Amino acid sequence: MTDLTAETDEGAQELKPRSDTSDSVRALEQGAVLRGVSHDDVDVEVSDDETMIINMGPQHPSTHGVLRLMLELDGETVLRCKPVIGYLHTGMEKQAEDLTFLQGSTNVTRMDYASPLNNELVFSLAVEKLLDIEVPERALWIRMLMSELQRMASHLLFLATNGMDLGAISMMIYGFRDRENVLAFFEKTTGLRMNHNYIRPGGVAADLPDGWREDVLKLCDYLPSKLDEYDELLTGQPIWRERTQGIGVITTEQAIALSATGPILRSTGFPWDLRRAMPYLHYDQVDFDVVVGSYGDTFDRYAIRLNEVRESMRIVRQIVDKMPAGDYRVQDKKVTPPPRARIDESMEALIHHFKIFTEGFKVPEGEVYVAIESPRGELGCYIASDGSARPYRMHIRAPSFVNLQTLPHLMRGGLVADAVAIISSVDPIMGEVDR
Amino acid sequence: MTDQDVPTAGETEVEEPALIHGAPSSLSRDQLVVHVDREKYIEIITALRDDGYAFCSDVTAIDYLLAIDRPLPVGVRAERFEVVINLLDMQEGKRIRVRAQVPEREPTLPTLFELFPGTEAMEREVYDLFGIVFEGHPDLTRILMPDDWEGHPLRKDYPIGRIPVQFKEAPGPR
Repeated sequence: MTDLTAETDEGAQELKPRSDTSDSVRALEQGAVLRGVSHDDVDVEVSDDETMIINMGPQHPSTHGVLRLMLELDGETVLRCKPVIGYLHTGMEKQAEDLTFLQGSTNVTRMDYASPLNNELVFSLAVEKLLDIEVPERALWIRMLMSELQRMASHLLFLATNGMDLGAISMMIYGFRDRENVLAFFEKTTGLRMNHNYIRPGGVAADLPDGWREDVLKLCDYLPSKLDEYDELLTGQPIWRERTQGIGVITTEQAIALSATGPILRSTGFPWDLRRAMPYLHYDQVDFDVVVGSYGDTFDRYAIRLNEVRESMRIVRQIVDKMPAGDYRVQDKKVTPPPRARIDESMEALIHHFKIFTEGFKVPEGEVYVAIESPRGELGCYIASDGSARPYRMHIRAPSFVNLQTLPHLMRGGLVADAVAIISSVDPIMGEVDR
Repeated sequence: MTDQDVPTAGETEVEEPALIHGAPSSLSRDQLVVHVDREKYIEIITALRDDGYAFCSDVTAIDYLLAIDRPLPVGVRAERFEVVINLLDMQEGKRIRVRAQVPEREPTLPTLFELFPGTEAMEREVYDLFGIVFEGHPDLTRILMPDDWEGHPLRKDYPIGRIPVQFKEAPGPR
């Protein structure tokens, strides 16, 4: 027994018995958000021999990767919770310092692997802000199109896994089936289903393929009936409602205090969406609604994501109408490699091509923070450049990482079975949490 | 919390770096930045929070070991570490960035946990990867790296590549 304890010991990250835990740490584990306000009401006096500390994960299908939770249980009730992360940490921010700005998007795209295009987008926006270049109109609209399709794919994945976590196995099949249609379009456009490296500093890697309009519109015609099916399968279904309504409740004040963004914050009724509040690309030129909930519970977070797929489709239809002709990447020789055909006929183009892919382009000294609304919340990128071709420091503000802090609060007082529903409704992507 | 009669953001800074709550500010690619030192760190962030920047969206750090002569406004002493706080005003939809200088000999800063509980994990990450100690933080432990890891990987004197493998029975460095 002792050997087992020693081998699985997480050291300082361990959830310890109450007697070994300081007051402040315990308040944290019990989900006290606003110190002073809720400090009194968090403590249920339970002696240690009545409760049990159990470990959930990291290898657990409902933890969406390698999230480990240590839970203190009193029977079926969760008293304390401590998320333990870092199992997928691969030092991507350190690695980014060793990659040129051109290679950087291949790195960031692997962080949030469920919505890679958003990661590329925020990185490219930050680099462009440092470079101070204007991206052509068509590139901006292509980026918007791709990032909305990505939001649809990501939310469909959420619906699939959320359904599966709560026992609606058919939902998993449906969600993955419909997401595949979006990924098929990505494959046609970027060559890959995931980790595209499609949005790059200066524009996008390639123009949209022939017939993209028909493909996108076909997708927009296909999905609504499927979403209605989900509604029938889940939204109105009594078991689903029982499992999600009133589970994992958070208020606006608490969500803001915990820096939570995205559907978690919106589920509390606070209409905060960076696309609307601080528009980037051309989100101020399209018409869409910010979906909010009213109770801040798991059901609201589900319903928000479901309806955001509908809103994204609305945006996509507008983009199809408004897509301008023109360049898909900036015609600035400093940033953009020469067209493929030129390389065969021009020595200078070949040299230029070689230089840009080996040395990269230099980015002026400075530091910027750019944030966009990813499907999970505020996705930020902080880049500091020292004037060379590689970022001096690249930091991604990962929404999942920050949102995970709400878990102890959401879980407190709930049942173990609800813990699964709550993890799922926070929708953490561990690649992004651990980076 | 000495509230001076300085405008808080936006309008007047464009001409010349103005003072925000007594701290020099600058514009970095049109983004408002306040430079603070350790002594006034909590004071200024509290004042900014009371001004409406009630959402702390990000806490990170930079090790300026290799670029110590970076441009800074007059009156700011460059130190090796910088902790960067991104605050957000959700009513007005504007951001402000606080860059706090942290010296190498004594890399400590007071924690923001009491002001923004959401900085808990972010400060732990900075501690883990940079070794900057946040005084008063309730649970300052490693968050991404293993507990017994030596060194702080995002420091510039921490080499990339050949590191001893930390897990038992694993083959040694390549």
